[in-house]
Amino acid sequence: MRHILSILVENEAGALSRVVGLFSARGYNIDSLTVSTTEDPTLSRMTIVTNGSDDIIEQITKQLNKLIEVVKLIDLNESDHIERELMLIKVRATGKDRDEMKRMSDIFRGRIIDVTEKTYTIELTGTSQKLDAFIEAVDRAVILETVRTGASGIGRGERILKI
Amino acid sequence: MEISGAEIVVRCLAEEGVEFIFGYPGGAVLEIYDAIFKQNKVKHVLVRHEQGAVHAADGYSRSSQKIGVALVTSGPGATNAITGIATAYMDSIPMVILSGQVPTPAIGLDAFQEVDMVGITRPCVKHNILVKDVKDLASAIKKAFYIATTGRPGPVVVDIPKDVTIAKTEFHYPASVQMRSYNPPSKGHPGQIKKAVNLMLEAKRPMVYVGGGAVLANASEQVTELVRMLGFPCTNTLMGLGAYPGTDPLFVGMLGMHGTYEANLSMHYCDVLIAIGARFDDRVVSVPQQFLSSPKKIIHIDIDPSSIAKRVKVDIPIVGNVREVLDEMLSLLKQSKERPDATALASWWKQIDEWRAPNSLYYQPSDELIKPQYVIQKLYELTGGEAFVTSDVGQHQMWAAQYYKFAKPRRWINSGGLGTMGFGLPAAMGVQLANPDADVVCVTGEASIQMCIQELSTCKQYHVPVKIVNLNNRYLGMVRQWQEFFYGNRYSESYMDALPDFVKLAESYGHVGMRIEQPADVEGALREALKLKERLVFMDFITDQTENVFPMVQNGKGLNQMDLPPHMRNLQQGTVAKERDYGNLS
Repeated sequence: MRHILSILVENEAGALSRVVGLFSARGYNIDSLTVSTTEDPTLSRMTIVTNGSDDIIEQITKQLNKLIEVVKLIDLNESDHIERELMLIKVRATGKDRDEMKRMSDIFRGRIIDVTEKTYTIELTGTSQKLDAFIEAVDRAVILETVRTGASGIGRGERILKI
Repeated sequence: MEISGAEIVVRCLAEEGVEFIFGYPGGAVLEIYDAIFKQNKVKHVLVRHEQGAVHAADGYSRSSQKIGVALVTSGPGATNAITGIATAYMDSIPMVILSGQVPTPAIGLDAFQEVDMVGITRPCVKHNILVKDVKDLASAIKKAFYIATTGRPGPVVVDIPKDVTIAKTEFHYPASVQMRSYNPPSKGHPGQIKKAVNLMLEAKRPMVYVGGGAVLANASEQVTELVRMLGFPCTNTLMGLGAYPGTDPLFVGMLGMHGTYEANLSMHYCDVLIAIGARFDDRVVSVPQQFLSSPKKIIHIDIDPSSIAKRVKVDIPIVGNVREVLDEMLSLLKQSKERPDATALASWWKQIDEWRAPNSLYYQPSDELIKPQYVIQKLYELTGGEAFVTSDVGQHQMWAAQYYKFAKPRRWINSGGLGTMGFGLPAAMGVQLANPDADVVCVTGEASIQMCIQELSTCKQYHVPVKIVNLNNRYLGMVRQWQEFFYGNRYSESYMDALPDFVKLAESYGHVGMRIEQPADVEGALREALKLKERLVFMDFITDQTENVFPMVQNGKGLNQMDLPPHMRNLQQGTVAKERDYGNLS
């Protein structure tokens, strides 16, 4: 099953590779990973999307907690949460595709952020599934390039991850 | 007053009460070696290979309650240390390894003797730290000692670039460490402990399974008190030997791949299992489903939450320091008037004694060939279970574990997790330096000993009088055994041709060498060697080449499906294991 882990780590050199190394050394999956500093410059927050049985997810969280630089972590799937991912997608926008791509972008509440005679670059945010759906919805042949950030997540309501 | 980074390193070690550093100099650590030269608080032991330095520091740690420290240079010095670090990591041994690094401006430029030590060691250390500023050096070393020795212990590497050892700053050694991201547990959850005690009291077929965690937590006394108070059978893992006295009637021997018949069957057929500082690794429980096919409730005490429910699901997990948790349990038991059901326990013991009766460690004695088991038995008798015994890896290791009945913890020093050949001799050096007046014996084989034999030279330099028991069967014995069992007697590359004359070899290093070829000479040789208190004695026992380690649980088999020694082969056909109804023992 897909899980989203939110991890606060010390903002120190090597912390990221410790986390990533743990996943590869123990054969766990990383579907996506995002990391950036938080409002507290001594802390970074990672969001890792992984999948595995409950037993494996339990081991992953235990092993992560064992890393000296991991300060705190939660499995967002344990309760309601919000998930967002950003995608930039460059598409061919010529002939009838030009109108079609504008329409598709509007339907998915995307924004066209760069325009040339032949291309649009569309910015799209949403759950990873929504971004997948957009890619499914457009003709593969018009997609020139995509880049995605991987999911970020946060607990719904008053639930917070903070030290 | 400002002092150099190198001097800070040495001052930190002195502050930590470090008595010995095991190391080898080189370009990146010359400043540190200069600082060592200028003081006399910390003694340096010059090994012959960095692997030896780390194993020696490891043996020092295991056999004392002090912490082993190794010092190696950058590049090849650092990479040579890796096997030693991984060995300590797998067995959770507290250690601090200081490695030199190229100067900070040269890092990443493929400088001479540069290697990414922090990167290379990341998967085999508890933690590692690259110190980039001399101002952080003292606190990094303090942290290293703190992390290495607390929680589930383990090795910590501090990588120190050469310019950091030259730069100067004021020296303040922090009195304590506070880390928001690292707070090891100590006391177990009181509710869980209470539940566990109640379950123990309800047990009809209890079993106590004690691992290396009990040794590391110095919980031997508590384990012993608990087992005796309840009258439960107790087994130790390879790493736990000595945690419960090996000669006690409640002790059923080691369990696992080469465990005794009675230990393995009691483990398999118990109804309540109390796992103390043990981790259900694959050499104890090969197949978890097989193990759980005989239903049982499991209590698991471990300081590391990730050791719990990793391979085997448990019913009552207790995260905490083993000693503190056992203290709590003992005080609950002392308050309570309840005791386990005596009739059920007696019936369980009757069963265990039946399993014990055929003596699964029996071997056919011989007047012509030296049986390796016999050598260990004699060694045990002559030292009364009081010696420190280190070993390498293979058949000799298993025989030492089976036939030497350890009376006390921290006396059995072996590489259980990583299974490192070459561990025994350097580890024995560390053990002897930590315990100068004790008998220290390295039980090894002719293959293992050659992996770190250069340390005979270190032993000479520092007058380390360890006794080497070389069980020389001219084979990589355990490899040969597996080839005999599983590869149709095709002994691929497991015969050691062109062995050195170990007697002359020992003598050339300045030690005493003996070759023993007759069973009748075994005891005399051991006696003579043990009398030579001031000398290293290398005893080369020419042993029976065909001897195998029994019992044996093959990979993929259950603990109730052992390959048994020849005198028990009829039992293996199932008269005990299959026809009895274990479910209704009570």
